[in-house]
Amino acid sequence: MATKLNPLEQFSIERWIPIHVGGIDVSFTNSAALMALAAILVTALVALGTSRAALVPGRWQSVAEIFYEFIANMVDENVGHEGRQYFPFVFTLFMFILLGNFLGLIPYSFTFTSHVVVTFALAAVVFIGVTFIGIVRHGFHFLRLFVPTGVPLVLLVLLVPIELLSYCIRPFTLSIRLFANMLAGHAILFIFGSFVVGLGIFGIVPLALETAFVLLEVLVAALQAYVFAILTCIYLRDAIHMH
Amino acid sequence: MDVEAAKAIGAGLAAIALIGAGIGIGQVFAAFVTSIARNPAAEAQMRPVALLGFALAEATGLFGLVMGFIIFYVF
Repeated sequence: MATKLNPLEQFSIERWIPIHVGGIDVSFTNSAALMALAAILVTALVALGTSRAALVPGRWQSVAEIFYEFIANMVDENVGHEGRQYFPFVFTLFMFILLGNFLGLIPYSFTFTSHVVVTFALAAVVFIGVTFIGIVRHGFHFLRLFVPTGVPLVLLVLLVPIELLSYCIRPFTLSIRLFANMLAGHAILFIFGSFVVGLGIFGIVPLALETAFVLLEVLVAALQAYVFAILTCIYLRDAIHMH
Repeated sequence: MDVEAAKAIGAGLAAIALIGAGIGIGQVFAAFVTSIARNPAAEAQMRPVALLGFALAEATGLFGLVMGFIIFYVF
């Protein structure tokens, strides 16, 4: 091929409606549009699913109930009964990321979860919120989270900084895991897609691989939303029950 | 050495992270298969744990990819 294709071009942000407020760029971008679409779709699914709630659920109500029960079970198993009040947050987070990942898989659309600024904002909300909950519930005793029990005093000198570091690094691992998975997956799809075009009739071989990769990406899209939600639950359990 | 060449070497070295990710994913599913063989009835309970382990192990390999991108596009 004559032109060099850039696999990262698909992640470029485009200003659809340029808006500038006092020197700050708050333009309505393709990323913002996809986020709004995801939020609208989640709201529509849950609102329509429960608007005519029946004892024997219809199609839409079944879908909404499957998601609801999935997350409700996850919160119950990982956080316990006290986690019930945080269920709406985990549910919203999971549905938003899931829809973002799946909308990104549609050809020529945009994956907003492939931007580290988006995933880091989500992870920072989780991190700050969980730390806040822990401090409110346990006060000064929250610091015991960093001191493992039943460890000799000499080892504590080494272990406390490690525990502290592993706690502070959580928002970074949480956000980079999601963003890197999305970025790598879409870049691989693009690269194999360009092989299909470049090889002509022999492109059928990478086409088969591309199909397999799309299936893998569907799995990864659902799995990463699940992982983000379950790690949020695990962090909440740490803050509420202190190990 | 040319800076561009050094960047390419550095990005290539970042792919070493895949060794760890490969071992990790292999161990997760090896343990999963072994435990299914021992107790097939518990497969449904073990599947989410195995998938969680797979996702966490896979992410460590992707941190290497992020390092590659940083080397190429930040410096």
